[in-house]
Amino acid sequence: MCETCGCSIPDHKHPTPADHHTVEVLEGLMSANDRAAAHNREHFDRGGVLVINLMSSPGAGKTRLLEETARALEGRASMAVIEGDLETENDAERLRRHGIRAHQITTGNACHLDAHQLHHALHEFPLEHEGQTTDILFVENVGNLVCPAAFDLGQHLNVVLLSTTEGDDKPAKYPVMFRAADLVVISKADLLPLLDDFSIDHAEQSLRGLGVETPTLTTCAGKTVDISTWIEWLTDQLDRHRNNTQEQAVANQ
Amino acid sequence: MHELSVCQALLDQVRETARAHHADEVGLITVRIGPLSGVEPDLLEQAFTIARNGPLTSSATLSIELAPVRIRCRDCEQECEVRPNRLLCSACSSYRVDLISGDEMLLARVELQGAGPSQNSPDPERKPSHV
Repeated sequence: MCETCGCSIPDHKHPTPADHHTVEVLEGLMSANDRAAAHNREHFDRGGVLVINLMSSPGAGKTRLLEETARALEGRASMAVIEGDLETENDAERLRRHGIRAHQITTGNACHLDAHQLHHALHEFPLEHEGQTTDILFVENVGNLVCPAAFDLGQHLNVVLLSTTEGDDKPAKYPVMFRAADLVVISKADLLPLLDDFSIDHAEQSLRGLGVETPTLTTCAGKTVDISTWIEWLTDQLDRHRNNTQEQAVANQ
Repeated sequence: MHELSVCQALLDQVRETARAHHADEVGLITVRIGPLSGVEPDLLEQAFTIARNGPLTSSATLSIELAPVRIRCRDCEQECEVRPNRLLCSACSSYRVDLISGDEMLLARVELQGAGPSQNSPDPERKPSHV
């Protein structure tokens, strides 16, 4: 019988103050995810693949931009896409119809992709396929301006889309997401003449208010297509990435 | 609402620490959260009451220390505390600033019961299992 509380549980022990002690940990809460992300990044770097995590609210035009991007990059660089959505293969099927290699992750009820999910997807979707390598892998994250920002996937760059139909104060409303961006793409810019409540200047001021120097550019990928500045940025990033990878390879020799 | 995922990761980390110290139970868990971490403290607390059920942590409690958002200006070197969506230097209004606090999401301390102080610490070389 327990001598302290009188219960009949054999070997019942009550901790005494001497049994307590506090351990300092000081480790990030996302350390398991971050380790998986670092593992993904090593894998991408070995294959010389530039990986871009594309994030936005639902309907900002991520899939449409990717369709046009594949058309513009044809013959210059090869791309593949990993799609994240709660349900359906719709987006991956859309991209495949445009001849783009695509893989769908359905997250169920999860509002974001994490590094483990991407890792599993890479096992099913090799970056080298039928002798063809991948130059750029886009991860089209779940449409959501909150949760995806907290999870490193192993990407090299974060691109956040802000469509002109959403409101130019989005950066101030979602500071964590917009601070994580390496580039902000203002999409659906062809609608600007029809809208009286979106100004590119205001959107940029809202972004600067977050204490960042993140560049912005505009695209339209609807009936009118103009994605030239985006393609320029993308090919520039690809060149830089290739140079970095080569320098790294030389340094490791 | 990704706080449940964050909370599960937190509890995995706590259990790993508890096992490394041969503890029977976990008491107070202290985390440090900044507004720019993307984690909402109230939601983390709610998620904690669900996620703690399991080995070692079923009677654990959570304490959240809130970190302020602080920046240092690259132009005038002034340090100041700012709102999470207004990170401009309070002295010269520059946006060329470095964040010095406010995006933390740290497991600070864990109170362990039934364990003697131990030299064991989790293996720093842990890698994700490759499946």
